[in-house]
Amino acid sequence: MTATVAKTDTSDSPNKKSKAPPQFKRKYNRGEAIAGFLFITPWLLGFLIFTLGAMIYSLVISFSNYQLSLDIATPVGFANYERLFDDPKVMIALGNTLFFAVMAVPLEIIFALFLATLLNRVGRGAGIFRTLFYLPKMTPSVATASVFLLLLNGNYGAINRGLAAIGIQGPQWLVDPSWVKPSIVIMTLWGVSGTMVIFLAALKNVPRDLYEVASLDGAGPVRQFFNITLPMISGAIFFNVLVLTIAALQVFDQAFLLFWRDQTSAAPEASLFYAVYLFQQAFRAFNFGFASAMAWLLFLIIAIITFIQFRYGNRFVYYEGDDK
Amino acid sequence: MTSIGTSSGNVSVQSQALSVAETGGDPTKPPRSIKSVVGKVVLWVLLILFSLAFLYPFAWLLSASLKPRGEVFDNSLIPKTFTPGNYAEVWEQLPLLNWMGNSVLIALLAAGFVTLSSSLVAFGFAYFKFPGRNKIFALVLATMMLPGAVTLIPTYLIWNNIGLVGTNVPLWGANLFGSAFYIFLQRQFFLGLPRELFEAARVDGASYWGLFWRIAAPLSVPSFVIVFLFEFQASWNNLQAPLIYLNFGSPDNYTVPLGIAYAMTKFSPTNGGQGDYQLVMVAALLVTLPMLILFAFGQRYFIEGIATQGRKG
Repeated sequence: MTATVAKTDTSDSPNKKSKAPPQFKRKYNRGEAIAGFLFITPWLLGFLIFTLGAMIYSLVISFSNYQLSLDIATPVGFANYERLFDDPKVMIALGNTLFFAVMAVPLEIIFALFLATLLNRVGRGAGIFRTLFYLPKMTPSVATASVFLLLLNGNYGAINRGLAAIGIQGPQWLVDPSWVKPSIVIMTLWGVSGTMVIFLAALKNVPRDLYEVASLDGAGPVRQFFNITLPMISGAIFFNVLVLTIAALQVFDQAFLLFWRDQTSAAPEASLFYAVYLFQQAFRAFNFGFASAMAWLLFLIIAIITFIQFRYGNRFVYYEGDDK
Repeated sequence: MTSIGTSSGNVSVQSQALSVAETGGDPTKPPRSIKSVVGKVVLWVLLILFSLAFLYPFAWLLSASLKPRGEVFDNSLIPKTFTPGNYAEVWEQLPLLNWMGNSVLIALLAAGFVTLSSSLVAFGFAYFKFPGRNKIFALVLATMMLPGAVTLIPTYLIWNNIGLVGTNVPLWGANLFGSAFYIFLQRQFFLGLPRELFEAARVDGASYWGLFWRIAAPLSVPSFVIVFLFEFQASWNNLQAPLIYLNFGSPDNYTVPLGIAYAMTKFSPTNGGQGDYQLVMVAALLVTLPMLILFAFGQRYFIEGIATQGRKG
């Protein structure tokens, strides 16, 4: 990086003084344009290698049988993509992941918005609660998982002991296939504070006089919430839905730590998330070709879902001054 | 006491709060002080209950880390047999000191490099006019939408071809090239600086590098801190990358998260371990503590960074 820097310093300043700029294009100062490109060179290089190059590489590998030890990629046509539909685990993992996303994203949005509304109302003292609510977000996933692994234990875990105390027989959270995904949803909700902070910032931006006018017109807090607050923060809701969906479709850490870190023990198939299966295929079985095909399928699905969200979600978003 | 119990209780309280507030909104009856007091009380009760639910796992973690092996599951927040010896034993059972050293080094390199490179690139986009600038910047933003899963495998193969898998270079190497979100964040910050400042410096003979290093950078320390803290946290907490790049080497080279995942398996009775979960709890506490301290000192930077994230939507 220092090399780039040194170049910027020496090459363009004399350039600027000695040569007249206009041969480039009237709009741009030549020295300035060159310096600009030098400043963004790190990103351009990274993009060419780790984004564009990587994507092309990935595409090539997805059409081949790649052997890591020999670094040889034998073309196999669409075989890896056909296997996506032959391997029942791909569809199971995809189903699990979509099911999780459909359950987790709305709950995260509602819970985060509810917490943000509370914090927005409390005025003085909000800072302390915001700090407390934010702590789970700072916690490494491995610590969260190791605590919840014990909290959610069906026989001795604190959550089921607590439920038993009020007369409810808690489920075998981490064993019963139908409770596996709710378990991960609970862990996800515990760390919802990032979303909450975005909502809180949006709530603070809603002009106060809107509420004053509305309450003069006799609108109660519930109507104010639905007719003022929700439309005014629709941009933040849209953003959060988008980001949380993409994150939910790639969920890895919790599922891996709770169920799949240990290759010898049997984990319920209900916990096989797409990113986990992709990881297993790539870095445990070393089927890089097949795993790359899986990655492209996930990319396609995320692209489609994001497109639909933009197409149909955007119309509910209120843009101030219609600047978009 | 559990989160489940409290949250089911909260639902009814919440609807009550709403209905109380709704009737209180009638403007024809100005004296509504009793109702607003009730509302305040309900609000504070809810906030305290949620705080307890959020803090409970931390309290549980601390408590479990002080219990002997047989009592980890005993569900009491105060250890019956107070066992601070766990904190000494964990260093003998696990190479925790190595893991901490690895994690600190990697997080420092990752955060330092990404802060520098992203701010350089951001300044390029913010100050200079060059052909295609807006299109290239749109491309920067577009890469944020790219799911990590797509580039995971080729990135691994790239590092593998250079022979760096098994070292910690892949865990910070790509940070030399800037990162889209941080470029966006720092560009916003640079755009907020008055342009006349740079014009004046140019007149005084400052080079373009001087504009960045002597003027923009010193004025942008807060955005540097945001980026550094965010990346430090992301790197410190990262599990997947160490899992991919370090897993097959010696456990001494692990980062703390990877080490804890390894310890969870090692101590598990199904693998012939003795179920020393109290030691896993100590390690989990020790990996969390630096982040909580970081947050204590850098809270406003974290909150501001997250809020910026929302503003681009």
